[in-house]
Amino acid sequence: MDLSYSAEEIAFRDEVRTFLAEKLPKDLSDKVSGSDGDDLTKDDMERWHAILNEQGWLVPNWPKKFGGAEWNAVQRHIFEEEAAAANSPRTVPFGFSMLAPVLQKFGSQEQNDYWLPRMLNGDDWWCQGYSEPGAGSDLASLKTTAVKNEAGTHYVVNGQKTWTTLGQHANMIFCLVRTDKDVKQQEGISFLLIDMDTPGIEVRPIILLDGTPEVNEVWFTDVEVPVENLVGKENEGWTYAKYLLTHERTNIAGVGFSQAGLNTVKRLAKSEMSNGKPLIFSPQFAARVAQVEIDLKAMSTTNLRIISKAAAGSAPGVEASMLKVKGTIIRQEINDLARRAAGVYAMPFASEAIEGSNAGLPDPLGAGPVAAKYFNNRKLSIFGGSNEIQREIIAKTTMRG
Amino acid sequence: MNFDLTEERQMLQDTLRRFLRERYDTATRNKILASDTGMSSEIWEQLAELGVIGALFTEEQGGFGGKGFDISVVFEELGRAGVVEPFLDTAVLGGGLVADLGDESQVALVEEIIAGTCQMAFAHGEPTSRYDLNRVQTSAKVDGDDILLNGHKAVVVNAEAADHIVVSARESGAPGEDAGISLFLVPADTKGLTVQGYALLAGGRAAEVMLDDVRLPASARLGKAGAAFTAIEARVAAASVAQCAETLGAMDTATHLTKDYLLTRKQFGRPIGTFQALAHRMSDLLIEMEQARSAVINAAGHLEADRKTRESNISATKNLMGRAGRLVAEDSIQMHGGIAMTQEYELAHIAKRIVMGDHRFGDTDYHLERFIALSVA
Ligand SMILES: Cc1cc2nc3c(=O)[nH]c(=O)nc-3n(C[C@H](O)[C@H](O)[C@H](O)COP(=O)(O)OP(=O)(O)OC[C@H]3O[C@@H](n4cnc5c(N)ncnc54)[C@H](O)[C@@H]3O)c2cc1C
Ligand SMILES: Cc1cc2nc3c(=O)[nH]c(=O)nc-3n(C[C@H](O)[C@H](O)[C@H](O)COP(=O)(O)OP(=O)(O)OC[C@H]3O[C@@H](n4cnc5c(N)ncnc54)[C@H](O)[C@@H]3O)c2cc1C
Repeated sequence: MDLSYSAEEIAFRDEVRTFLAEKLPKDLSDKVSGSDGDDLTKDDMERWHAILNEQGWLVPNWPKKFGGAEWNAVQRHIFEEEAAAANSPRTVPFGFSMLAPVLQKFGSQEQNDYWLPRMLNGDDWWCQGYSEPGAGSDLASLKTTAVKNEAGTHYVVNGQKTWTTLGQHANMIFCLVRTDKDVKQQEGISFLLIDMDTPGIEVRPIILLDGTPEVNEVWFTDVEVPVENLVGKENEGWTYAKYLLTHERTNIAGVGFSQAGLNTVKRLAKSEMSNGKPLIFSPQFAARVAQVEIDLKAMSTTNLRIISKAAAGSAPGVEASMLKVKGTIIRQEINDLARRAAGVYAMPFASEAIEGSNAGLPDPLGAGPVAAKYFNNRKLSIFGGSNEIQREIIAKTTMRG
Repeated sequence: MNFDLTEERQMLQDTLRRFLRERYDTATRNKILASDTGMSSEIWEQLAELGVIGALFTEEQGGFGGKGFDISVVFEELGRAGVVEPFLDTAVLGGGLVADLGDESQVALVEEIIAGTCQMAFAHGEPTSRYDLNRVQTSAKVDGDDILLNGHKAVVVNAEAADHIVVSARESGAPGEDAGISLFLVPADTKGLTVQGYALLAGGRAAEVMLDDVRLPASARLGKAGAAFTAIEARVAAASVAQCAETLGAMDTATHLTKDYLLTRKQFGRPIGTFQALAHRMSDLLIEMEQARSAVINAAGHLEADRKTRESNISATKNLMGRAGRLVAEDSIQMHGGIAMTQEYELAHIAKRIVMGDHRFGDTDYHLERFIALSVA
């Protein structure tokens, strides 16, 4: 055991710091500050992807043979920590850390050769078509169908996906579809790559409770998808889907987000006055902040322990579920503290619906939209497998006879 | 002891509940939320006609209620329906202060307020006062026969719509002292008064109110010079009862929506309410609902008590409602899953009303510390 960084690791950290200081555009870090980057436009995110790609750091999780940086756990942790401190945008995960690992493990050579470079170059924007109105936690009950045409050249897709994050920006969607209705639910699912410009696809925005158009409904009516776009084998999509979910979950601990959020809370509480002294000296508030900081310190080490084990070859299984539950509890608590810290100034709201209301809201502490963020991040314990589902997984795995 | 409502209050509750159920559905409210004024004057007039505002004033003041339980009955119903119209600001705060302190000519306003033809706001908090009621920096200086007001008032709910704003200002002493604070009745069109409005996350509107050499006749003062603090504290106590009752009503809606959803939404082939992980949480919410209801009764029932009893009950209730409210809002969203994250869904608005209620008149932490201070005093 050694909790300090090696000389090599310190050199890496300095390299990351220099890179962020030189290459991270100020307008992007300004947008990320205090809001986790929810205000970033498609163009902003693509710009950041291109900068990272040029540096060779766009896909640190990919193996070298696919053009990745193949960082180890400590390197990833260092980057995450520095990126958070510098208010750097995060990469959009759907292609880089969800679809790519699936393609690399289960896709054909042709698929990898075609889709991976396009991801890196920013030619494609991917979104995730898993959930349906009737299939949330019970994902395997999904009903969107794909039936092969007579010529055997295309699948014809019909149905509806929902909660599709940033689907409004995407030109590609990876979908779970039902290709066999007559077998056990899990055994009739396939994994398809679908071009969003295909006739028969309609995207409708869903406005979330904080007013953001972050997710969408995607409707499919007789959408023709070339059979080459099937990943792996027909009816084996469930295996790939679950493999993807474990990758989705590892990043969900959000240590960097929490660290940045906690710094913001402390900054706010130092300038906000309560009862004639800074709020940070109010015993109740100070205790809450300390409590969550203590939890975060331990979770950060848990995160490192778990991902370094995974890097050594064992896939994070039940531990990923544990990280997801604890990580989201901590992040949501920090969002709650930020909202509280802002006091009455948490109430104003820049509404898209009301004309003129976006003109400079009063924000004496520079807190940003803390209350909107608090509500928006209730999603953290719902998506990527809800916290109840994660607890089921933990219980089932650890108490199996 | 008797925990039943009087016949009059029961009638008011029934009428109000029926009216709001029929006239204030999600679609109507979402339209109001997206409107420029953030409120419906039609709903305002109709509710005034039903006696909602009159119920918030005593008989001597021209109303027919005005006690803690009148306030709690009205606001619980407003909260249940997620009403965003500023009854609290116009009637309980602005109107209440005029009724409590006004001279004969000033109290004439109360009649208009009860009739629904006058909007009010209370401009008290400042950018650095947070929830402290005595940290008034805005100054009132006597200038010949006049008084000059200068200062900045923060997040003044309903300031744009208000015909008159009750403004607090310091005539002597330092911020943090009770003595030296006065109240002034300021017509909205007074020179030197600027109102910079914006929408609020949970509906309705507020504004930063800037006072730049606002010149008033001495007759604009409400009550005695420098002696308004006691009245302010008592009025904020009434407003806290209103706020807590509103939160209670909203929590009741949230738990009902959640219970119904647990019984109808199916995953894994069965209603999700049959999963014990959710059933037990629902039970916890119902337990907390009973606690919340009792807390509101404690606050409302002691509103007419001596200062220490009243304030310690107010702080206890604000603290409990902040905690229970957060639990109910967060768990209701969680147990719904994605659907509760959508703006259109009733629970989204209701959850925002519940949580943002903790940002008015002192939050959970503030009132815990205040409760401790009052207990050892
Ligand atoms: C902001 C946001 C973004 C999203 N982005 C995407 C995306 O890009 N792509 C995509 O495919 N999906 C996305 N999702 C969907 C997300 O994965 C689902 O919301 C999630 O799987 C939960 O499903 P549900 O919303 O239908 O809730 P339900 O499954 O109906 O769950 C309702 C409640 O029941 C609980 N529950 C369900 N089953 C059990 C059980 N067996 N035991 C105990 N409790 C249970 C849940 O935990 C939850 O509390 C997103 C969701 C949100 C909110
Ligand atoms: C100090 C004491 C005094 C008592 N006095 C009396 C008495 O006067 N008369 C009398 O008849 N009995 C008495 N009891 C017994 C008491 O009623 C039982 O202990 C109780 O019913 C629990 O049963 P158990 O101990 O067998 O635990 P179990 O029923 O085996 O429960 C073990 C654990 O599992 C949980 N559990 C069980 N079923 C479920 C479920 N369906 N869902 C979720 N969780 C579950 C329990 O909550 C508990 O945490 C007493 C017990 C104690 C400790």
